[in-house]
Amino acid sequence: MRITKKDVEHVALLSRLDLTEEEKEAYTKQLNSIIDYMNKINELDTEGVEPTAHVLPIYNVMREDEVGESLDREKVLENAPEKENGQFKVPRIV
Amino acid sequence: MNQKYETVIGLEVHSELKTNSKIFCDCTTEFGGEPNTHTCPVCLGLPGVLPVLNKKVVDYAIKAGLALNCEIASFCKFDRKNYFYPDLPKAYQISQYDLPICKNGKLEIEVDGKKKTIGITRIHMEEDAGKLIHQGDKIAEAESSLVDYNRAGVPLIEIVSEPDMRSPEEARAYMEMLKAILQYIDVSDCKMQEGSLRCDANVSVRPIGTKEFGTKTEIKNLNSFKALQKALEYEIERQIEVLEDGGKIVQETRSWDESKGITVSLRTKEEAHDYRYFPEPDLVPLKIDEEWIEKIRKTLPELPNERKKRLVEEFGLPEYDAGVITSSKALADFFDKCLEGYDKPKIVSNWIMGELSRLLNANDLEVEDCPIEPQDLVELLKLMDKGTISGKIAKEVFEEMFATGKKAGRVVKEKGLEQISDASELESIIEQVIAENPKPVEDYRNGKEKALGALVGQVMKATRGKANPQLVNKILKEKL
Repeated sequence: MRITKKDVEHVALLSRLDLTEEEKEAYTKQLNSIIDYMNKINELDTEGVEPTAHVLPIYNVMREDEVGESLDREKVLENAPEKENGQFKVPRIV
Repeated sequence: MNQKYETVIGLEVHSELKTNSKIFCDCTTEFGGEPNTHTCPVCLGLPGVLPVLNKKVVDYAIKAGLALNCEIASFCKFDRKNYFYPDLPKAYQISQYDLPICKNGKLEIEVDGKKKTIGITRIHMEEDAGKLIHQGDKIAEAESSLVDYNRAGVPLIEIVSEPDMRSPEEARAYMEMLKAILQYIDVSDCKMQEGSLRCDANVSVRPIGTKEFGTKTEIKNLNSFKALQKALEYEIERQIEVLEDGGKIVQETRSWDESKGITVSLRTKEEAHDYRYFPEPDLVPLKIDEEWIEKIRKTLPELPNERKKRLVEEFGLPEYDAGVITSSKALADFFDKCLEGYDKPKIVSNWIMGELSRLLNANDLEVEDCPIEPQDLVELLKLMDKGTISGKIAKEVFEEMFATGKKAGRVVKEKGLEQISDASELESIIEQVIAENPKPVEDYRNGKEKALGALVGQVMKATRGKANPQLVNKILKEKL
């Protein structure tokens, strides 16, 4: 499978990245070399090996259902570029 | 509906779990707080924070899975679902993708007396998103939106059905049964108005006899059982019309417009559905052993269908009555509590399905908010049995109790509604009625039994319904 410039544009759109033509070319090349490396790994026999869900062999880390302090609203909105009535104000969505 | 087509419906139901704290942080889940006061760095998605799973969420998801006859996964994990939308501060939702906690369940519904089993594909755990208020009439015209993240991180289970439903009525029955079960097992409030139970419907039509499914559309914004049914009815008609005109159904998301009674296409982008799921690296996987599952199984209460069976077998209620009463846990509890102090099940069921339900509906109240307690109804029924009030007056008293929250005895006393069972008091009234109504009196004496009814009516009128009817009958017959 080869990554084309179109794939890069698609992924860039999904990630909300605005790429220049040069960057698109560069990423197409780089992504292809990553895929090539993956293909090398794909040569390994993974028959009977479970897909990795997590790299650490730890399970069931949980907390009890107890309510704690929430953040002060002033703090919550401190970094908001725009706010109104205690809410974040965001630009037109669609 | 056009007889040439068959409808195929599957439902995706989101239910907020009634934990005290959010799924990955200890902010409260309480509904209705001031905007953004139930938030913290974790549910705001600030950099560097780590989620920690709330154990109760897993307990509740297992409980729901068991109540819906699912297999509980011995191993499951969380995944990131990536998309950009301002209600999602991290730009991904923590959900479960290929290894959900429950799968292969089923639930039984009944429509027009016919039982049917609906498959449940899966149940998975995920976090809820924040709430957006668009500044403008429509989202497409809004210049900006305001975001409240109080709901972000409230635990949800998503319950996905198989495409097993064949009519809007079946979809509604499924949704009602699902709500009842979730309420019985006490894992969710299921308040559709507050959004703690939400539903999206996938619907398609196909010519009868075809094996393949038709192209489906997904309908969102279904906030009540009525909306679900009406939206499906509309959408089915719309799809059939498109096909009959030789057109093709476009796979898309549509929104139910309650005020106009139509579904409208939401602008869709191909890219929007590319969620690029991958395992959530910030959370370790779950191993669920038999011991855990059995511990949860022990907490399962009697479920709606079992309870219905019990009401039929133990109390001799008709199937229909038992079905209505067990459709809501609160209603069934109300019934059971009444029976603790009163031993006539059918009379209690008549009052619950009749007067009580009528007044609740008229006042747009849930059973939980009913101003009349079970023991208040029992008191009223006993007053009726003792002959203190007549059945007709009892309904009047009940309405007053409902409106004011006063007890039956007090209402009867305050309004002077005691039944007149004193023969001498009735006799004088009856003599007067006989004197004033020569025509029915003559008719009755000439053998017209029916004329007695008119005279009884006059006595009741004169006593404003308070006369003991049996006694009136007896005295009238004697006097004539």
